[in-house]
This record gives sequence, structure tokens and C-alpha cells, in this order.
Amino acid sequence: MQVTSRRFKEGAHDALHDKNIQEAFSKVKSGFPLARAKSASELPEFEGLRDEARDLKNHILENLDYYLEYFEEQVQLQGGRVHWCSSYAEAREVVLHICRDANAKTVTKGKSMITEEMGLNDYLSEHGIEPIETDLGEYIIQLADEHPSHIIAPALHKTKDQVTELFHANHAKYGLNERLTDPQALVNEARSVLRDKYVAADVGITGANFLIAETGSTVIVTNEGNGDLTQSLPKTHIAVSSIEKVVPTLEDAGLFLRLLARSATGQEMSVYTTFSTGPKRMEDIDGPANFHVVLVDSGRSDLLGSDKQDLLRCLKCGACMNHCPVYQAVGGHTYGWVYPGPIGAALNPHMVGLEEARHLPNASTFCGRCEEVCPVRIPLPKIMRHWREQAFETQVTPKPERWGIGVWAYFAKRPKLYRLMTRISARTLKLMAGKKGVIRKLPLMKGWSSVRDFPAPEGATFMDQWKKQQREGK
Amino acid sequence: MPSRDRIFARIRHNLGRGPVKEDAANLLRARIEGHVPHTIPKRTDISHKEQVDLFQVKAEALDATVTRISNMEDVPEALRDYLTAHNLPSRIKMAPDPALDTLPFDKTPMLEILRGAAAPEDEVSLTPAFSGIAETGTLCLASGPETPSTLNFLPENHVVVIKASQISGTMEESWARLRKKFGAGNLPRTINFISGPSRTGDIEQTLIMGAHGPRRVHILIVDDGPQD
Amino acid sequence: MSASSEKKNVALFVTCLVDLNRPSVGFAAIKLLEAAGCTIMVPETQTCCGQIAYNSGDKESAKTIAKAVIRAFEGFDYVVAPSGSCAGMIRHHYKELFEGDDTMMVAVEALSSRTYELTSFLHDVCGYKSEDVRMDTTLTYHDSCSSLREMKVRDQPRALLDGVDGLELKEAEDREACCGFGGTFCLKYSEISSAMVDTKIDNLLASGADTLAAGDLGCLMNIAGRLKRRGSDMKVLHVAEILAGMGDRPGLGEGDS
Repeated sequence: MQVTSRRFKEGAHDALHDKNIQEAFSKVKSGFPLARAKSASELPEFEGLRDEARDLKNHILENLDYYLEYFEEQVQLQGGRVHWCSSYAEAREVVLHICRDANAKTVTKGKSMITEEMGLNDYLSEHGIEPIETDLGEYIIQLADEHPSHIIAPALHKTKDQVTELFHANHAKYGLNERLTDPQALVNEARSVLRDKYVAADVGITGANFLIAETGSTVIVTNEGNGDLTQSLPKTHIAVSSIEKVVPTLEDAGLFLRLLARSATGQEMSVYTTFSTGPKRMEDIDGPANFHVVLVDSGRSDLLGSDKQDLLRCLKCGACMNHCPVYQAVGGHTYGWVYPGPIGAALNPHMVGLEEARHLPNASTFCGRCEEVCPVRIPLPKIMRHWREQAFETQVTPKPERWGIGVWAYFAKRPKLYRLMTRISARTLKLMAGKKGVIRKLPLMKGWSSVRDFPAPEGATFMDQWKKQQREGK
Repeated sequence: MPSRDRIFARIRHNLGRGPVKEDAANLLRARIEGHVPHTIPKRTDISHKEQVDLFQVKAEALDATVTRISNMEDVPEALRDYLTAHNLPSRIKMAPDPALDTLPFDKTPMLEILRGAAAPEDEVSLTPAFSGIAETGTLCLASGPETPSTLNFLPENHVVVIKASQISGTMEESWARLRKKFGAGNLPRTINFISGPSRTGDIEQTLIMGAHGPRRVHILIVDDGPQD
Repeated sequence: MSASSEKKNVALFVTCLVDLNRPSVGFAAIKLLEAAGCTIMVPETQTCCGQIAYNSGDKESAKTIAKAVIRAFEGFDYVVAPSGSCAGMIRHHYKELFEGDDTMMVAVEALSSRTYELTSFLHDVCGYKSEDVRMDTTLTYHDSCSSLREMKVRDQPRALLDGVDGLELKEAEDREACCGFGGTFCLKYSEISSAMVDTKIDNLLASGADTLAAGDLGCLMNIAGRLKRRGSDMKVLHVAEILAGMGDRPGLGEGDS
């Protein structure tokens, strides 16, 4: 997809002035976080499981090649095929090739972030194959020709009224002409439209929450059941996954499953957790005849051994964005690439380049809530800080900012000069405020005074007052 | 260089090593074959009878409905009662499972029983469960010639028969049962863990039931005595 | 261990904001620490903790400043700051700055393990209890992110405030949410910051409290500045000022009375 992270500030401005976006995203803070807190509090083992999950992911990453090979072997033993792809381009071609082999006209899709990364839908469309998103949220934004604004609730930014209009405009061709406003009626209509699509599709494409090395299974976790219909009705099932999703055993998947839904939506388990292993068996009377696993690297392996390796632990639960005050304020699209919120701020610079995504790791107060709720304890603020360091070292940080920090640091390293500077500043600011107690305009700190008053200093610095007291023997 | 080689080369290079050495590989293989569980929540550390009760409580909290019956012969009537109470059609697509074939459907002549995989027009399905997980009220269903998995998703109403003896505490115990039946390292094509009926929150974060899968999940627990 | 016979030798880390903007917080801290049985020193060569440079990616400057702090604060039993943010920088982030530098690490560890945020030091280390302090007000407390998440300060200031006569605590909704200060964040992304502080302020005002307190001057200046811009008369004080019986002085952004 097109990267628009450079426009972060402008995007934030637009989002902050968009009533719909403000309403949608301010709702996030009361919904998901409260549900997560409740379900975490109902599982006394929760914090310990998070430690175990962090350690297990680290173990997997240290042995990633071994587990991937084991997984591949098991998929093949079960009659499936594994395709290795270094790049998005390669992965798109592989998927297209499989679709063409299946003579596919339409493909249904379960929700998958990696195919968003790949820009798979546009690619398939350009090559004459119609991709149909089946997750309700994905379906809505596909109709709107937009991208997800949240990794587990992709149409979070859409209002019900917008969905009404989208369905009204797009469902007339199925003879559905009523302008529906009730959410249940809207869901029912989408259900009936997509029913026919599942049955007609030649290929079903899903992502994978986990790959199980032990059994060669791919795992999807959903609430709607769309992923299951996507992968069980067409003749061919393609599971597309990034390489770091592999876990050794079924028991290991169990550990992550105890954390995933709780962290994401506050559910103990999502409604459907499905393990798919190979194509349908000889005697089976349903299920796909062909099973392909497309494994995509595209930058993952480069994170190994780096100061950002911890990012590869991500379970894609969305807890970090659910709890992020910046995300809640500016919404998902502002981040300008597939992953919004703290995980995007930490990951996107690697995926799309630091220069392009410079704002993302900077637009954080380091409040630490993301790390506090991350089920696998990814130190997101720390990784954002690493990006800031890299930006500073490579001169990506803009000159005025570097200059400002430089001036501050110059004084901070020289206590005597520093005392002089603070003495003058405190007095000047006090003078500027007069008796008002605040300064309304700070020419050198417009970022501050454009939205806030500046509480005036007392006049003399602490150090000066303290020394005076000391001299006077208190 | 083929992509596979390139990916593995990069992984190893960045991890600062070559391929995993034999000793280490043996340990990793042993780890996979050991099936060692992680911390198991204490909530399931209760008697089997209490686990069955917990299963019911948890399933109901997920908006599934539960009826307890005392033996398999009661399934047809319990099914009929459920369908009548909810004003649902009496045409049922049943999993072609020999265990269900022997049920006395002659007692419920109004029920039209068809066998096979699900078709789009099916509105009610009846399937057996493979196991049940008390910890979360989750059903485990395994696909096979006698248990086509489309029955779990296409019909709007899914009725599942599970024996109390198939219910245990955790997902890990379901893995053990699956390994016992299919052999370690082997799974049927599809294992469905189902925790209540289908739902979505994709329109303004409002919870709506029946997104794509069943709107209703009804569980018949057959109280057949202690755990297998 | 409160007011034990041996006096604790405490160095005050004043913090740059207190030094420049609100020295009374420093004096309040000294008063409290003395009441808790400590001997106070204020090392003269201190400037700032280096967090601004560190969070801006200027690691080298941060290291230089950190080294100066480490030197200035050698030899004290404890280092106490009226700020969770600066204390957190010294306690947790100095280690990251000098990762791999074994010689520096000894000095870093020696300092970081002795560094505390003021209210948690008073409560946890000194066993201090507020006595003979009065402030007739309803008060809501803002948890600064660094205090809360880095320094695990949540109950300590509330326990100390509980001992203030006439003071009633009214908790705000979503009190663990960030106020949008974030150091240079509030300058660079002022629009986002202002949206965050507005959300925070809406919750603070909805608590019905007359006074706002917190343990970090950064948050307080941000919130007070926005409150004033919005025309609110909620009084804003550092928690140390209230605990030291200085609650009657003008709040942040209030003119001389």
C-alpha cells in the first residue's frame, strides 16, 4: 500500500478535526481497555503467563530457522505445500500463480495483516481476480476503498451511517435496495451477501495467527467465523503468514491463546480458534483439496539480532493501540502504513524506512501504557527511542530540533553557565508574565503557547534562593 | 539464490551462527516431542463434576445455551424441544457419525434428519464434539469423514452433543486426547475450538451476534459419568 | 524505621523545572525530608538529568550529562527528586545509557539503586506520615506516567494526602492516562498534545475537585497551562507543596495574590 507516514502531522490535524474519527476513536478507550483489565484480573496467572510468553517467543526467535524447517517438513508430510518469499512482490506472484492454477475468478479472504502489507488485493484485481474480504470490518473498508485503521477492528473509523450508505450503494446489484440503519440488519445483509461469495469462491485466503511446527498446522483466531468459511468451502486454501509466527508445539500455542484474546478484546477465548492441517483427507466429505502456506519474510529476518528484535514477538493483538492516547487522538490512518499505534510507531520505520516514518517514533510521550499491556512485553518505548537515536545519528532529525537540543545540552553540561542562563530565563519569564501568573505568547516555544498558557516562574531560581538561604544561615 | 535459502541465510547470519548444531537440534526436537505444558490456570484444578459445571457456566457466559440430559437416547427429544422453543425449522443436517445414527429419532417423527456436509440451505446442524474445555467453556470439534467441519459454520443454528466424560479442564487435555486418537504430530484437517456463537463488533464497536457463523450454539451435555 | 536515630543523608535532585519554574516545590521537598528525619544536601553542580537529550535521540549528550549527575551525587545515602520522571531517568535509564560500559556501570548502579521519587521515599523508606497539615479542599490526583509506570508510585502520595486534615480526595476517570506533556512532545506535536490534555482536563474537572495535585512539574505545567487557556480556575499544586503545608500559596499559573 501507499505509504503516507510523512504526512503524519497533517493527518493528525485532519483527524483531530474530523468529528466521526474523534467519536470512533474516543470510544476505544472505554471499550477494549476495560474489557482487557477485567479479563486479566479474572486470571490470577495472567502476569506470569506474559513472562512465559515473552521468554517462549525469545526462544523461538533464537531458533527460528530450526522451527521453520520443522514446520515445513510437517506441512509437506500432511500433503500441503510451503512457498518461501523474501519480498512482497514474490509473495504476490506466488499467490497469483496458485490462484491461476485453480482457475480462480473470485477469492474470498479472511482478515490478514500480511496481505495488507503485500497489497495483495490490488494486485489480484489488476490481474483479473476478484478478492472479496469477508471479515465484516474488512468488507466495509473494501467497499469504501480504504485501509484498516486498527489491526483487529479494521473499520473502527466508520460510523454506522457510513456503513448504511456503503451497503445501500453496493448491495443494490444483489437486489437489496433497502437503506438499513439497524446494526443487526446491516450485519444480516452482509452475512447473506457474503454467503454466496464463500460458496462461489475458487480459492480462500487466510492469514495465520500461529504456525505449529509440531503438526504443520496454521491457526486462525476469529469471532465471526468468516475465516472458517473462507478456508473450508473453496477447493484451495492459501494461508499467508510472516515467518515469525511459528511456534513449536500445540502446548506453546495454548500459552499464547490464553493471552491473545484477553489482550485484544478482553475475551477469554475468541469464538473460533481453528487449526488447519494439510488439505482435506481422502475420506473427508468437505474441506479444501489443496493447502498452500505462503511464508513471507520481507524484512523480518533483518530484525533478528538487532536492537529491535523484540518486535518479532508481536502477537498482533492490538492492545498497544487500544491503550495509546496518541492513537486514540489521531486514529489509525494517520500513521500512514499498515500498522498504527505503538507497534506501528516501532515497526514501520523498519518496514518503510526511517526517513519516511520519522514522525511515528517521535509522536509519543513515552507514557509506557503500551508496554504495560503488551502480552509479550515488547519494550515499545525503548524501541521508539532507538529510532530517535538512529534519526539523530543519521541527521534525519530536523535541524531546528537538533539545534534546540544542542543548545540545551551545551548549558546542561556547564553548571556555571547553566545557572546564569536559568537565572536570566526565570527573571525574563517572570517579567513577561507581570502580575498575571501566565505568559500567553512564547515566541520561541510556539508549540507550547499555541494551545496553552505558560505558568510563570517565581522569579528567582531554586538554586539562587537556596544559596542565599545558606549564606544567611537559613 | 532461491528465496528459501536466502531467508535461512539471513536468519542465521543475523543470529550470528550457522545451522543449528546437532546437539542443539536434538534438544529442540525433544522439546517438540515432549509436549510440555506451560503454567495451567488453577481454576480447572477441581473435580470432574465441577469441571462439567464450570464448562456449562463458561459456555453460557459466551451466549451458548446448554441442556443437560442423562443419556444419549434423550438427544432427539432434547433437540426437538430446543427447536420448538426457539421456533426453528425441524429439518436437520446431522453429522454422518455412527454414534448419532443409533439415536432413537423414531421418537421424534417431526424431525427431518439428513446426513452429510453442510449446504447453504441448511439451517440447523447437529454434530458431536470431540472434547470440551471447562476453563473457557470451549468446544473442540475435529473434522473427519463422519464430522465434516462445514456443519460447524454454515447453518445458523448449531446443536452440539458432548458427553460429560469428554469434558476436561484445559485445552492441553484436548491435545492429549487428540494425540491419543490420531497419533502425536498428526491432526485431522480441521480442529475447531468454538467458544459460543459467532459475533462481530465491527460496526461502531457494538456487539452483534451471528456475523457469519451460527447465531445460536446449543450444547447438549450427556451426563454419562466420569471422565474418559 | 521512621525518624530513626541515625539521620539519612539525602541529596536533593532539584530537577530543572523546579529550579527554573517553581522553587517552592524544592523547598517543600526539603521541609518534608527534614521532617522525615533526613539531612539534606543540594549538590551545586547539578543541572538536569539529561532526559531531554536522551528522549530526543542525542545519546552522547545524555551520557555526558549523566556522568556529571553521577559525579555530583556520589557519596549520599539517597538521592531524592520531587519528580517521578527525573528519578525514573536516573534509576532506570542511566543503565541503558551505559550498557556495555562495565566501569561506568558500577557507579551507575550505585546511584540508581539509591534514587527515589519524593513521595515514595517519604512513605516507603522513611515511613513518614503527614501530621498537623491542613488544607480545606477537594483534590484530585494525577498520576504521572513515569511515577506510575517506571517508579511504581500510585498509593504513596494518596496515603500521604490522606493524612492532610480537611482534604478530600476525588479520583478522576481514566486517571492513569497520560496528560500529553511528554517533554518535547508537547512542543513538536502540540495539536495532539492539546487533544490529550483536553481529555485529561475533562476528566479532572468531572471529578468535581477544586484542586489538582501531581508529583511531576512537567505534567502540572502542561495541565495548568491548558486549564488557564480554557479559563478554568482549578488550582494546581505539586503534591509536595500540599504535604508541606504550603497549599495556600498561589497555584501554577496564578498571579501574585
